[in-house]
Amino acid sequence: MSKTLVEKIWDAHVVKSEEGFPDILYIDTHLIHEVTSPQAFDGLRKRGLPVFRPQQTVATADHNVPTLNQLLPIKEELSRYQVDMLTKNCAEFGIELYGLGHPFQGIVHVIGPELGITLPGKTMVCGDSHTSTHGAFGAIAFGIGTSQVEQVFATQCLLQSKPKTMKIEVNGELGKGVGAKDIILYIIAQISAAGGTGYFIEYAGSAIESLSMEARMTICNMSIEMGARGGLIAPDQITFDYIKGREFAPAGEEWDKSLAYWKTLYSDADATFDSVLTFDAADIAPMITYGTNPGMGMGIQENIPATSAQPEKEKLSYQKALDYMGFDDDASLIGKPVDYVFIGSCTNSRIEDLREVADFVKDKRKADNVTVWIVPGSKQVEQQAKNEGLDKIFEAAGFQLREPGCSACLGMNEDKIPAGKYCVSTSNRNFEGRQGQNARTLLASPLTAAAAAVTGVITDVREMLLQEQR
Amino acid sequence: MKKFTKLTSAVVPLNIENIDTDQIIPARFLKATTREGFGENLFRDWRYENDNQPKADFVLNNPTYSGQVLVAGKNFGCGSSREHAAWAIQDAGFDAVISSFFADIFKGNALNNGLLPIQVSEDFLAQIFKAVENNAKSPLEVDLENQTVTIIETGAQESFEINAYKKSCLINGYDDIDFILAQKGLIEEFEKR
Repeated sequence: MSKTLVEKIWDAHVVKSEEGFPDILYIDTHLIHEVTSPQAFDGLRKRGLPVFRPQQTVATADHNVPTLNQLLPIKEELSRYQVDMLTKNCAEFGIELYGLGHPFQGIVHVIGPELGITLPGKTMVCGDSHTSTHGAFGAIAFGIGTSQVEQVFATQCLLQSKPKTMKIEVNGELGKGVGAKDIILYIIAQISAAGGTGYFIEYAGSAIESLSMEARMTICNMSIEMGARGGLIAPDQITFDYIKGREFAPAGEEWDKSLAYWKTLYSDADATFDSVLTFDAADIAPMITYGTNPGMGMGIQENIPATSAQPEKEKLSYQKALDYMGFDDDASLIGKPVDYVFIGSCTNSRIEDLREVADFVKDKRKADNVTVWIVPGSKQVEQQAKNEGLDKIFEAAGFQLREPGCSACLGMNEDKIPAGKYCVSTSNRNFEGRQGQNARTLLASPLTAAAAAVTGVITDVREMLLQEQR
Repeated sequence: MKKFTKLTSAVVPLNIENIDTDQIIPARFLKATTREGFGENLFRDWRYENDNQPKADFVLNNPTYSGQVLVAGKNFGCGSSREHAAWAIQDAGFDAVISSFFADIFKGNALNNGLLPIQVSEDFLAQIFKAVENNAKSPLEVDLENQTVTIIETGAQESFEINAYKKSCLINGYDDIDFILAQKGLIEEFEKR
């Protein structure tokens, strides 16, 4: 019987399937961090259970960590306590921890792939909704709640109903200045912040296939922003080349065996998806969001859609979002002053993102009205940036290169955007207060963020690129 | 886990769509390492000014409204997977949430804590909001056994879907770990494949 990629991986991990019950799904790799794990460890203690497969569990500290002076004790008491608790719990339950000071420390969704832990065909979970990032390798990867973290600790399994499948094809060539972040923001704007709920999405088509692994991770990362449980892309030569030689990637005979299996991981030509959507890459412009959910995005040259054009029952919520952002109906955002630029998060903090930004800002300088933070996704990314001299370019441009963590994506540490300020952010969520109480977030690509940093206002990066060509 | 069978209660209406878990419980309150106490920060930034003064126009600060059922617009609980959102709602005294559409992870988290997420049609949701508009104390009956929600004053009733396994977990107070642990032999067998 022909199967989709999701079905192939799912079926290979079903421990038990019984009518009327969710499947018992085996989890290959469990990633954990300090915020969503302490109550799960407590649960184990209350039940008197060990972690069933500690060697299939990997921990890091990322959500709460400072991004300056990481080797000093964390100043904020509750954050320090939570990070210390993770250290204590990992020691007690025998889990490998890449904590502060470790060369592998970083955002959980950045380190999994870069260490070769994330592999095609795996099932992976983490108490974090952006776990879908790992789907870029052709893995079933999804975010879970803390009760489920405890389930996986206790049993290495989850009770899960098989998701519906959706295929999103993006075909054709992207224009200059348009990248993976624009593709995903475009898709979310088209199908809304709830358009993928209940589905696992497979991204396909020539525009997706031509992307690098890091760009594919940006796409899969934001699957949850349209409500999807996860997103994935069939592995190909680009995937295999990326994995080969990484710290924990299979090697020697294991590599050959794995590769042979990975090459069977694609949706059969006649497999049926519950839903199929097709987009043309040529229709995608640099994107920017204007509201308070990631579905409220538009091409950067467009005007904010009018409240009067919204369905009746959605008008109230829509107007509330525009009021929060301080934007008018039908207004253009081009030329709008910005206060902060944040380049980081599990969406866009990998070395290619930093290279793209460095390449663009070389011999330029940030505008005086803007504070620019670049927060690398991991210690390895930070080190690589320094090895390549990107740190010098950022310094000359007035961009501050900090240390790795989730940082201003959710403002759990000190990196908060002040009330009322506008931040062009390469992160994944523009919810009210996400980057700090009453902060106003505009989601965009690293290039669009870098352009705003240089001009101090919302800018169509394509115009700057064209001028440079002349 | 907390059991759920049936309840009759007035409702707290929150007619806003796409309520994300950052609104339900902002990230800065996720630093606790226990499950208790999140209720006081439920909808923190909608409920309080930055100087911690309650915002008079927010529904949770309005003594006219009370009850164990929160009713909200579609796509409730989207965004972050934080289970703290379900804990906060429960800790604030709610036993059920009604919406026309729930985000997946929130729905799972709620069920895993004995907080019943009830998905109703857009039309029925509008009827509930209308009933509360006419009478702030208008009671609703939620019957899990029969999978029905009833607006008592109008008699309007709708049935809702719930996975049969999850339903029995809620009625009996079982959780998934109890269920999976009973199959440990199968898991070890699977690992040998």
